[in-house]
Amino acid sequence: MSKSTTSPATNRRVFYAGESRFWYRLAYMTIIMGILSAVTAYAAAPYPDVPKGKGDQCVEDTEFMRANHMELLLHQRDETMHRGIRTKKHSLKNCIECHVVTDENNQPVSAASPKHFCRVCHDYASVSIDCFQCHASKPRNKGAN
Amino acid sequence: MSEQTSKVNEYRRKFFGKAAATAAMVGLAPGVFLHTIARAKPADEPVSSEVRWGLLIDANKCADGCSECTKACNDENGLTGFGRPETDAQWIRKVTLKDKRTQHVTNLPLMCQHCANPPCVDVCPTGASFKRADGIVLVDKHICIGCRYCMMACPYKARSFVHETLTDQVPDVPRGKGTVESCTLCVHRVDRGDIPACVEACAASDNGAMLFGNLNDPNSDISKRLASEASTQIRGDLELDLGVRYQNI
Repeated sequence: MSKSTTSPATNRRVFYAGESRFWYRLAYMTIIMGILSAVTAYAAAPYPDVPKGKGDQCVEDTEFMRANHMELLLHQRDETMHRGIRTKKHSLKNCIECHVVTDENNQPVSAASPKHFCRVCHDYASVSIDCFQCHASKPRNKGAN
Repeated sequence: MSEQTSKVNEYRRKFFGKAAATAAMVGLAPGVFLHTIARAKPADEPVSSEVRWGLLIDANKCADGCSECTKACNDENGLTGFGRPETDAQWIRKVTLKDKRTQHVTNLPLMCQHCANPPCVDVCPTGASFKRADGIVLVDKHICIGCRYCMMACPYKARSFVHETLTDQVPDVPRGKGTVESCTLCVHRVDRGDIPACVEACAASDNGAMLFGNLNDPNSDISKRLASEASTQIRGDLELDLGVRYQNI
């Protein structure tokens, strides 16, 4: 404001050429940025609705688990396979038991279903899971023994 | 009078002495009892080579036509067939031998013999086939590339290859297409202190042909029987030091 001058006859603001170009550019940029952000927000799927596990708290902090669950599983897998350590805390079997998702008939769903706990995030992040080619993705049916 | 008193005192002393000794024995007994029974290792402890798991199988007690052990194995490990006996997984099978001269028929269950010097481990190019510290021979399917060298090397034909996509595996027994597998001696049960499913089923069928135990413990039932009765290793000439031993074959 202080840089613009006012002509006494018309009492209108007079813009220097450079200054007006600057304001136009700012306006364009704001509009483009707005459109861009709207487009990206529309294109990205909404953050997945992750099913809640049993109990109050996961074995580790939720943020830590999001970033590092694969490391814990990998470590535990070798410990169990080669050294026979079968602690429940970081075992895949225990994850599956705690994070079981049931269908409308109250039966646990397998990883074939997009509702499966692991699938919900993995689908969102577009990361394939190999675990369930061999491992059970749901607790064993108690009756079917 | 005083003599009588002293006799009473002596009697009392003896009584209390015996009572104390009895109390000491009772106090000791539960500890000993716990020591022998508590075989299950804590879940956070690794297996150790102080234990070597083994089986003793009496072929005379293995009944003709009985398939309780193979059924129990299939149930426990979720081995479902595709109706193709040539390629379906088989971790334990009944073998029937007939002496043509005497017509005597011998039945025996045959599975991974859990060798101390396993040829399958020798030939594995990736280290997937391995022997655990407690003598159980396993396949780490995370590392197995499905080359099947181990199947060729095994003198007992104990291993199977998974040819087809599997679903509904048992949580304790992960199995998948493209990997080799065999009897795990029910490692998931053994680790929690149980006996293998086949041994349990055999005992439940009243045949009682199979005995499971720690070969390294001289006081275990299996060691005592091995020490007092004759037993054989199948193809003992290969000097593989088998964990599974047979009688009356």
